[in-house]
Amino acid sequence: MSDPVPLTTDHPGQVASATPPAPGRSRHLSDRRLTVAFISPALLLLLAMSVFPLLWALYLSFTDYSATRGGPAHFIWFENYTAILTSAQVHLRTLTTLIYVIGAVTLQTVLGFTIAYLISRRTHGRGLLTTLFLVPMMLSPVVVGLFWRFMLDAQFGVINSMLSSLGLGQVEWLTRQRTALISLIVVDTWQWTPFIMLIALAGLTAVPKYLYEAASIDRASEWFRFRTITLPLVWPLLLIAVLFRAIEAFRLFDLVYILTSGGPGVSTETLSFHVYKVAFLGFNTGTASAYGILMVLIVIVLTQLYMRYLNKLKED
Amino acid sequence: MGVSVDETVSTGPVRDHTPPARRLGGRGRSVLEVALLTALAVVMLFPVLWMIETSIKENRDVYAIPAKFFDFKVTMDHFKDVFFASGGGRSALSVSFLNSVVVAGVSTVLATVLGVPAAWAYSRFAVKAKKDQLFFILSTRFMPPVVVVIPIFLMYRQVGLFDTKLGLILIYTAFNVPFTIWMMKGFVDEVPAEYEDAAMLDGYTRLQAFWRFTLPLLVPGIAATAVFALIFSWNEFVFAIFLTSSDTVRTAPPAIAGLIGGTTVDWGLVAAASVVFALPVLVFAYLVRKHLVAGVTLGAVRR
Repeated sequence: MSDPVPLTTDHPGQVASATPPAPGRSRHLSDRRLTVAFISPALLLLLAMSVFPLLWALYLSFTDYSATRGGPAHFIWFENYTAILTSAQVHLRTLTTLIYVIGAVTLQTVLGFTIAYLISRRTHGRGLLTTLFLVPMMLSPVVVGLFWRFMLDAQFGVINSMLSSLGLGQVEWLTRQRTALISLIVVDTWQWTPFIMLIALAGLTAVPKYLYEAASIDRASEWFRFRTITLPLVWPLLLIAVLFRAIEAFRLFDLVYILTSGGPGVSTETLSFHVYKVAFLGFNTGTASAYGILMVLIVIVLTQLYMRYLNKLKED
Repeated sequence: MGVSVDETVSTGPVRDHTPPARRLGGRGRSVLEVALLTALAVVMLFPVLWMIETSIKENRDVYAIPAKFFDFKVTMDHFKDVFFASGGGRSALSVSFLNSVVVAGVSTVLATVLGVPAAWAYSRFAVKAKKDQLFFILSTRFMPPVVVVIPIFLMYRQVGLFDTKLGLILIYTAFNVPFTIWMMKGFVDEVPAEYEDAAMLDGYTRLQAFWRFTLPLLVPGIAATAVFALIFSWNEFVFAIFLTSSDTVRTAPPAIAGLIGGTTVDWGLVAAASVVFALPVLVFAYLVRKHLVAGVTLGAVRR
């Protein structure tokens, strides 16, 4: 970035001496070249590290290639895809993923919005409160997963310890089918509620004060004000946060890997985790690629939706 | 006088009665809200406090049943174990921390060098199908890492990048470039293009105008963006665990996760390693708190 500077120092002289229409054109040309020079390195990297791998995965998805067996890959066309789409295993993982995504995102949204609403009604200590609430979000999923695994431990975990001192029974959080999925949802909610809170708070503080004042002059009830002023103004932003979280939850892998490893049985195996098992434990690279491509398609649809709402928000 | 107040309260018309009752209700509600907020804050912060507490407890107290909340002996042994091996010398964990610093640092610098000029170009010039390009750039960031890692793994095995820091740096750069471009485009948009036009009227070229006038104004934005990229790379786990295998290359997240692999888990050590790992992130996040909304939405939402 630093070396091109001396190269172009002769330009101002040129511009000054050229005939009137020329500077415009030469400037335009150099702008063009500059654009290409500035954008293409980034795009090339993305092509090499994101697009090319995905295209390769697309190719592999039509073959029976296995990373361990080696040997040439044979084209089997859509066999991988039909196998995945008709597999009862995959249907079960889809259901698990759906429960997890919907459960976690709903809880986060409700809690996050509640916290944001409560904070926005405070006049003192808003900054401190926000900062404190944001801590979980900044932690690595590894740290979060490990630590909750310790806290949820059936024997010496602090959660069970607190439950028993309250006179309640012990719960095998991570080793029972149903509670394991609930634990996963709870931990994800713990980590990402601050995300929704942060964005909801940004929306809430942007609501113009005079709207509330006008409403209170009209003696509008609290609920009426919330329903007709607060919610409509915060909703678009909140929707973006929810979609963002849904995409993230859909592709989540690390928390599952650390907290439950998909267990007990397959009760917490999400699609992401299943892809990993097929690819790196079963070494059915071709099948895993097809699986992955299908997941990418879903992510693309969700991202499209996300971008559409984003554009809408920007236009308003 | 006191009697008359009583009278208005008990016998007065409803209209006079409502204001004090409402105020009282408002105060009661306010107390309720503060209580709720406090309870939520405690729930959200308890795990973090418990982690810190566990990291300074002796092993005996870590596994105590019922859990000890206040009454325990403070020890720094776990932190010592994070950095030093039992036989003296550096521990495997401390090596992984160093690797994390190198990988996160270099990939952040690369993403900044690639991303900032691109963001400027996208902000200033008419690019063909700009919206589509920007959408494409951001969508690469949304790809499920488990899916991307399959072909990357095969690719790296082929070209010898598997289990190298360079391999990790490359993939982290590729993951941070979209974020940098989106985040920085917002910052560049805020700097009026007229500054550059004015500089160019004074005889500077477009590049000089960018370099000498716009770039200095972008420094705070670049710093904030770089901090987020640093946090993303520092916290990243999926690529790190699948693309590295040896202790000399591994970054901290897989190394810390590896602590629970054995039959017995030293939770004190896990907690201490987690604290050491998380502390810089929290400090950095605090520094960029003004830009958190933009940062965590990958530069998409700006307020």
